[in-house]
Amino acid sequence: MSTHSESHGLSSKLTLTIWAWLLVLTGVEVFLAYIQFSVGKMLVMLMGLSLVKAALIMAYFMHLRFEKRTLVLTIVPALVVVASTLSVFFPDSIRLLHMKPW
Amino acid sequence: MANVHAEELRMTEWDGGVLPYSVGHKKLGMWLFIVSDALTFSALLIGYSYLRVSTPNWPTPFHLWPSIAFSSVMTFCLLSSSLTMVLGVNAAQRNDRAGTIKWILLTIVGGVAFMGLHLKEWFNLFHEGITLISNPWGVPQFGATFFGITGLHMFHVFTGVLYLAGMAVGVSRGKYGAEHVEVCGLYWHFVDLVWMFVFPLIYLLSVKMH
Repeated sequence: MSTHSESHGLSSKLTLTIWAWLLVLTGVEVFLAYIQFSVGKMLVMLMGLSLVKAALIMAYFMHLRFEKRTLVLTIVPALVVVASTLSVFFPDSIRLLHMKPW
Repeated sequence: MANVHAEELRMTEWDGGVLPYSVGHKKLGMWLFIVSDALTFSALLIGYSYLRVSTPNWPTPFHLWPSIAFSSVMTFCLLSSSLTMVLGVNAAQRNDRAGTIKWILLTIVGGVAFMGLHLKEWFNLFHEGITLISNPWGVPQFGATFFGITGLHMFHVFTGVLYLAGMAVGVSRGKYGAEHVEVCGLYWHFVDLVWMFVFPLIYLLSVKMH
């Protein structure tokens, strides 16, 4: 909807701020990669930062923050629920890790 | 709401006339495609993470130079191309045709730079003997997951560049308006969004420690 989008169009300043934050968070991720953490801890930290970056992209670059709430409620919970359901088997990877002979 | 006829707005919801989400049909269609594609990548990345955590001898071959430096610059290229895409959408909404084309072309430059760097990285790995089915450093799943996931993402970048090029031509001919550019932008931002997960999972979790 062009009229709706125009009334909430991202200002250049806000766009640049979001872009700068995305670069900073990427820098933090690269820095974290060079600190010796276990794979599990790294996975949690990196995915946490990536989720923040994804939320910034969806909210501002993809304009979701300025759309009608019904659209957000249709898209986001469906993604979260199905992705969480896909992750149900994930703890099995830790069981498998402890079963390995090495 | 230039593309929605007043007739449609007068129709009831059961006749498909009103817009319950207050967005045009093209934009809603793109969002639904993005949800389905996001779940495809989610399944691949969760499957990869499962293998990564459960395999203690997973190779960690990526040195700061060239792999991590290359992939960080690739991330910069994609993030910057998202920035130019937002500026392109803003220009389209102002009916600034020349500005829209300029920003779309800069977005294409970002996408092509990403693909060029990625191909260079792929050929470095081919040179070291890593393919879809083999990996001289240990578990063969490393090559399968690396090329499978980055390959699917690269395909999305490639189709995104084609989509952007078509959009630039369409805008220059006056065929496409602001809504078309915005929908194209949604796809491009999604490609960027997926890389925000691929980069840490594939590259940063396989960094070579000194």
